Amino acid sequence: MPVFYGTDIASRLMLGTAQYPSPAVLAEAFRRSGAGIATVSVRREAGGGQQGQDFWSLIDSLGVTLLPNTAGCHSVREAVTTAQMARELFGTNWIKLEVIGHADTLQPDPFGLVEAARILTGEGFHVFPYCTEDLVLCDRLVTAGCQVLMPWGAPIGTGLGLNNIYGLRSLRAHFPDVPLVIDAGLGLPSQAAQAMELGFDAVLLNTAVARAGDPAAMAEAFAGAVAAGALAHGADPMPPRDMAAPSTPVLGKAFLA
Amino acid sequence: MKVTIRGSGVAGLCVAAELAGRGHEVTVTDPAGGPGAQGCSWWAGGMLAPDCEGFAAEEVVIRLGRAAADWWQAQGARVIRRGTLVVALGRDRGELDHFARRTANHRWLDRAGIAEAEPQLAERFDRALWMSDEAHLDPRATLLGLRDRLAARGVRFTTEPCDGGRVVDCTGLAARAALPELRGVKGEMMVLRAPEVALTRPVRLLHPRFPLYIVPRGDGVFMLGATQIESGERTRASVRSVMELLSAAYALDPAFGEAELAEIGTDARPAFPDNLPRVTDLGGTLYVNGLFRHGFLLAPALARMAAEALEGHAKPELWHEHHA
Repeated sequence: MPVFYGTDIASRLMLGTAQYPSPAVLAEAFRRSGAGIATVSVRREAGGGQQGQDFWSLIDSLGVTLLPNTAGCHSVREAVTTAQMARELFGTNWIKLEVIGHADTLQPDPFGLVEAARILTGEGFHVFPYCTEDLVLCDRLVTAGCQVLMPWGAPIGTGLGLNNIYGLRSLRAHFPDVPLVIDAGLGLPSQAAQAMELGFDAVLLNTAVARAGDPAAMAEAFAGAVAAGALAHGADPMPPRDMAAPSTPVLGKAFLA
Repeated sequence: MKVTIRGSGVAGLCVAAELAGRGHEVTVTDPAGGPGAQGCSWWAGGMLAPDCEGFAAEEVVIRLGRAAADWWQAQGARVIRRGTLVVALGRDRGELDHFARRTANHRWLDRAGIAEAEPQLAERFDRALWMSDEAHLDPRATLLGLRDRLAARGVRFTTEPCDGGRVVDCTGLAARAALPELRGVKGEMMVLRAPEVALTRPVRLLHPRFPLYIVPRGDGVFMLGATQIESGERTRASVRSVMELLSAAYALDPAFGEAELAEIGTDARPAFPDNLPRVTDLGGTLYVNGLFRHGFLLAPALARMAAEALEGHAKPELWHEHHA
């Protein structure tokens, strides 16, 4: 199971808390998923400080670890201010750092991200950066003090799955000791299983569960897929090969044809 | 039976109408004296759209909501039965299919069909969902009209707290102390004066991030709504929300670009954790609350339940006993 900044988390599944039909459905989705971490958006609800308190109390009552995020921030200054507000509101120095660089694709701004990560780490935050799978970016983030990396699978909310398998595999290989979480872009449990099979430590989803017709059932489906993928990764899967290899020896064939 | 109703928003007036219609002696008390900007139903869209709401709401909302248009009409409200059009911009076409799969009672319109219903939309859209059974009304005119008709029928309106007879509390978020599960869900809306826009029925624009509905109020006036933010804040429309709503309206019909921005409104909807309304009995006081975004759609059904509960009939469907 993953360890983030020295904290053991009992599940490889992390869930966002936006867009559910109701808080009751949200709570049921968490119960059936066994998710260990809930991300919560500070920014949109934070106008006037404590106004989102009712909703946050509901999330708090889920009994999972809270990871506030800076969703919707488009500049370093906004992200840093939002993180500071989150620390005050939720009493945690964990922050999922989003600095959006492109309004349409919601692609991270890698330059702003590194700068914000450096500032926040300096202020004692434990930063979970939402990033791309770019090796150099991830290296800079680790240098800036990030001990977790959260590369996207695909742009937020698209449900396209893992767009760059090569890049993600390469990221895993280059950062064997940094917890890696696939954040964003997953739409189906099979895609989450695939992320686990690649050796990622966890996945974070929101839209795929919240916008499903039956969010709680979908949450449970993702939990099963994540467990299956992680188990498979630990079981050392066979390598793919071009030549057919019968699992039962073929008798009576004398030649290697 | 003598009944005092606290609150003159859509819930309070519907309960008053239901009880007065059954011959009870009804007093409505509200510090503001009657319906107005102090209640969140003043800021509502006024769509009687159970089929569209079925996309995200539970079956009971659709079922109870179907009776709303007839109820309002029977109360003398001006109910406009022109259905709802649901559209999506080019690259969000998938949203429309998704919406169609999760809702019922609709049919597809092509460009010609759209041109027949709303000619201005046919230039930009070649596909729409048509929910023909839906209706809409003007919330403010409806509330004020109902208040006047109730007063004419002998319902007393007062600003004084009354303590005669049974009490039905319809005060929305103001009842939070008694109903701790209640929370606010902030909504921001706008009113535009756009004489160049000729829409005659509510239109919903599906969008993965910035969904929008537009309700015609007549005389070139349109209501744009509404954000849905987990916050009890009742003021402060944010620039972000206003931009999102206006951008979506402009994308729906560029003629909105020339509109006059007549009003920006903000309030918080009272909601329970399941986003369903409840009739709650708390030590003899009935609470009708949690109508969320379904005030005009569900208040008639809740009013009937409250009346039946007061009269000692079977416990209503959305009944909640108090568990201390």
